[in-house]
Parts: sequence; structure tokens; C-alpha cells
Amino acid sequence: MRNPVLKVKDLRTSFLTDDGEIPAVNGISFEVNPGEVLGIVGESGCGKSVTSLSIMGLVPTPPGKIQGEILYNNENLIRASEKRMRQIRGNDIAMIFQEPMTSLNPVFTIGNQLIEAIRIHKKWPKNKAKMRAIEILKQVGLPRAEELMNEYPHQLSGGMRQRVMIAMAMVCEPKLLIADEPTTALDVTIQAQILDLMKRLNKETDTAIMMITHDLGVVAQMCERIVVMYAGEVVEEADVKTIFKHPKHPYTVGLIQSVPDMRLKKDRLYSIPGNVPKPGSTKTGCQFAPRCPHRNERCLAETPPLDTLETGQKVRCWLYQEGKGVEAIGRAVGKG
Amino acid sequence: MAELATNTPPSSPEVTPENEKVISPWKEAWKTFRKNKIALFGLGIVVFFILLAIFADSIAPYEMNGQKLADKHLAPSSEHWFGTDDFGRDILTRVIYGARISLWVGFVSVSGSIIIGSLLGIVAGYYGRWIDGIISRIFDILLAFPSILLAIAVVAILGPSLQNALIAIAIINVPTFGRLIRSRVLSVKEEEYITAARAIGMSDMRILFHHVLPNSMAPIIVQGSLAIATAIIEAAALGFLGLGAQAPTPEWGKMLADSKDFLTDAPWTLFFPGLAIMLTVLGFNLIGDGLRDALDPRMKN
Repeated sequence: MRNPVLKVKDLRTSFLTDDGEIPAVNGISFEVNPGEVLGIVGESGCGKSVTSLSIMGLVPTPPGKIQGEILYNNENLIRASEKRMRQIRGNDIAMIFQEPMTSLNPVFTIGNQLIEAIRIHKKWPKNKAKMRAIEILKQVGLPRAEELMNEYPHQLSGGMRQRVMIAMAMVCEPKLLIADEPTTALDVTIQAQILDLMKRLNKETDTAIMMITHDLGVVAQMCERIVVMYAGEVVEEADVKTIFKHPKHPYTVGLIQSVPDMRLKKDRLYSIPGNVPKPGSTKTGCQFAPRCPHRNERCLAETPPLDTLETGQKVRCWLYQEGKGVEAIGRAVGKG
Repeated sequence: MAELATNTPPSSPEVTPENEKVISPWKEAWKTFRKNKIALFGLGIVVFFILLAIFADSIAPYEMNGQKLADKHLAPSSEHWFGTDDFGRDILTRVIYGARISLWVGFVSVSGSIIIGSLLGIVAGYYGRWIDGIISRIFDILLAFPSILLAIAVVAILGPSLQNALIAIAIINVPTFGRLIRSRVLSVKEEEYITAARAIGMSDMRILFHHVLPNSMAPIIVQGSLAIATAIIEAAALGFLGLGAQAPTPEWGKMLADSKDFLTDAPWTLFFPGLAIMLTVLGFNLIGDGLRDALDPRMKN
């Protein structure tokens, strides 16, 4: 196996507020391997986006505070200077955002913005940059690439804009693409096209993708490995098949159960009771305990460690530490 | 799965149906502006005065300072359309040359305030914190004075002259633009395309001048055209008070001041410069309103 492109070790991103320092991401670790599609899943507010912004160095500090290690090619990005970060952004690690409607500058043409993105990192003459821009627009499946170069963002549909955003992110052939809920704002048919496009680019260019989403459907379609986050922590990590076939953590089980199944006629859709805790509100014990159907006293008192099981699956839950309760959860899944 | 994407046909439903030429936002604003009859009228007035100012030398029937004491206070006639003043100078000629001065003062002082105000506003809005605190307090202090009083104070320090009046007017307009830009920057910098620009490795300076500033242009242009009108009035007011242009410069405000003693004997000496001021200011105000409707349709009543 090749060295991972990105290695996040014990990343802790907190924000200084009037109520003190509140951690949004609380000691997470994971790796992204070359050419791999990694999914990061979790409910809104569990720290997914903050994780991606921390990697890009786009968390404003202060009030933000980032600790731990983010290793890109053995270089710790947390310690990197702003100048070095600017070289890395776009060129080595690129990012696409949730909202394609507002991610393009309304006063410039598509061509203008693409050429600018190229010329930030490559000292190419304008003509060469323009050729490359047209080429990448074609590569992301946009028709009439030459004409599009002279058009303004408001003349494009949401799906087209997201393609342009992907083009802009991929134009310098980064090693890693961070996609922060790239399909959330799009309608379902366009969603599928965009996911296919990303999958295709992943295969063609060997760019690793870190897919941040709350949509398990997207994960199933796209990812090879999944990290499940809850309240700023990694609660489970495994490859995609294992997660869907044998989810271990009660939270993952709940997430999978709450995906509506068309084959079953149900009056009520399942949802995990309760809400994601406000960052900083839970201090001791398992973060998920208040919403967990299997909690016991130990869950409330002590924080479970992230344990690697025999199967290679990582899970943060007391149930698997004691070797019991597996059956209980198995039954819960069966019932769903 | 990959097939679906590779086979995206050129006629996919994402294609925008329009095949017409690409319209830039500015062209679109011009199209809206063109439909506004009143704004076009304002533009007409302003263009008329600009032409007067440019071609003053060939249009003016007499010499700018040509005195002919025998012809003093002649009523408007076919020889002197606007009459003559107390030195026998042709008022039409002086009003035409006065357009040069007023427009010059208007454009230059407002450009100055826009440049200085934008720089301060951008810095304050983008960097925030203590820099913002200092710059905003300076704006507050400047705005605490009635603008004409502040202008008088500045001229009093620098000494009365047209150039110093221009500087004074520029200074009093700085906080208006500074605040305007600051508030635009504050809202624009939260936009996702600014984060996206940072995510492709753009530097702060480039973001400020290539992304934030162009997106703040519309309100600056609107405020700018309205500010020119105010600047012209202020220049005239300073001239009237003897703090702006000095004799024998044919400045409209100065002409008003010179003629106030002959109000009953020769009212035309007062009427025509006053009319010129009113028309130019009206022209710029109409343009300003038209631009506001064209550039920011949400502010339309």
C-alpha cells in the first residue's frame, strides 16, 4: 500500500466564544489513501465541515484554534505558513462547496475565473491557460465549453455551476479533493450525474476524494471507506460494505435505519431520538449516550476509546469492549 | 456508472436555452437605465454641461475676463444673451467657463473621496478588529461635523483657494464612501465565492481587489453620482462664502456672491449662474436615481 495522501492525527479544532473554548472537532484521526474515495458521514453539526476547513487552513484563527497534526506528504499543515498554505490550496488539495449557486463570483465570466485559478499556481501564458480551461470544462462533461468561457454564473443552472466548481478544483490536478456536501443543493437527477462525474475523475486522474456528506445513499454509491462522526469524534470507521452489512456503533445503526426503504411499507420513518448535543455541552462519558438505546451507567461515566476490532473495523463503544451487547444490536437492526 | 457521465450528450437538459449573445452585468444595467426616461433626461443635462466645459473656448462668445465697464449691467439681449455683470463681462461666457470649474471640482473631489474611502473601507471591513475600530472611529468623528462646517474648517486651515476647496470637499465625503464600502465588504466577505477563492489558493490582496471590490462597485457608482451633485453645491457654497475660487475665476458660487449686491438692479447676474448650478445638480441627481434603479433593483420604491 502506498503512503496515505493525508493523515489526520488527533485533530482538535475549537472556537473561543463568550462561553469559553468550545471544541467543534474533538481529537479525530483518519487517513486518506491515494486514489481512494473516503466518506465522512454524520448529522448536521457533528464537525464534518469544520474538519474539512481545518485541513484547508480556512478556519479563522482566532476565534478558532487548531491542534493536532494534519500531515500532507509528511508536512504538518497546521504549522505551515499562510504563504505555503496558499501554494497547497488548489494545487495539492482542492475543495468544492455545498452551494454551487453562490460559490462563483457573479461579476466575472466562467472563463475569467477558471483562467485565474490556473494562473495562481502555474506561470502559464494566458493562451495556454485558456486552452487548459476549455479542456477541463469538456472533461467535466459541459457542452459548448468555448461559449461557456464567456458566460456569467447567473446564466448557468445549478448542476452546470457545480460542474464548473469541480472543473475549477480539478484544474491544477490536486492530489486530494475535499467535497463538502457537493450534491446537497442539487436535485436528484443532477446529483447522480455529479457523483458519476466525481467518480469518473477519481478513476481518471487518481485524485483521492474526501467526501463529506450526511447522505448515506451518496456514501454507498461513491465511497470505499467510511468514517462516521458524531459530536466532533470518530465513532466508527470501516469499509463501505462492512458499515452497511455489520454496523457496530449504535449511532451508525441508527443512521442506516433512518434511510427510508422503498421495499417496506411503513407508516412512520425511523429517526434517532434527540439531537446532536451542542458542542461543549457534554463533558464526560460517551457523547452518544443520551440518545443511545443501549446505554448503561458506564457509558455515562467514562468515554470509550476508539477500538480496532478483529475485522479491522474501528468503533468507539463500550458494548464491544466488554464483548457483550453485540447480539442486542444485531436484533435491533433485524427489527428495523 | 461512469458511462452515464461520459455520455452526457451536448443537448443535456442543463443547457440554457438562450443562444443570444452573452450580456455582461454592466450591459444589462445600461439596458435598464436606457428605459428610464427621467434618468436619460438627467444624463442629457450632464452631457450638455460636459460638452460646454470641454468646448468652452470655441463656444463662449466673449473673452472669459474681458471687462468693458461701459457695458456694465446690460440686460439680456441678442448681443449678451445672459446680460453682463458689474464689470461688463458677458455672463453667458462666464457661465460656460464656470461649467469647467464646477464639473472639475465635482469629478475630482468625488474620485478622491472614492479612492481614499474605498481603501480605508476595504481595510476596515476585511481585516476588522482594531484596524476597523480605528478607521470607523475616524469616520464617526468626521461625520459628527456638519459637512459644510467641516469644509470651512479645512479651508480655513489650508487657506482659501479653489484647490483647497476641492480637497476640503474630498475630505468630507471620505467617510460616506468609507462606510458604504466597509458594509459591502462585510457582507461580501461572508459569501461562499470568497471562501472558494481562498480554497484555490488566492492571496488576500488579490481577493480584495479582484473579488470584493468589483462586487462593491454598484453602490459606489450610485453614491458617486449623487455625491458629485452635493460636491458641486458645496463648491458653490464655499465660493459664495469667499473660501473657494477667488476672483476673477468664473466660479458659479463666486458669481452669485459678486452679484448679490445688485439683486434688484440686475437680477440676471444672479439668475443665470444659479440656474446653471440647479440644472447640473438636478442632472447628477437624476442620473444617480436612475443608476440606483438599474444597478440595484431591490432598492427601487
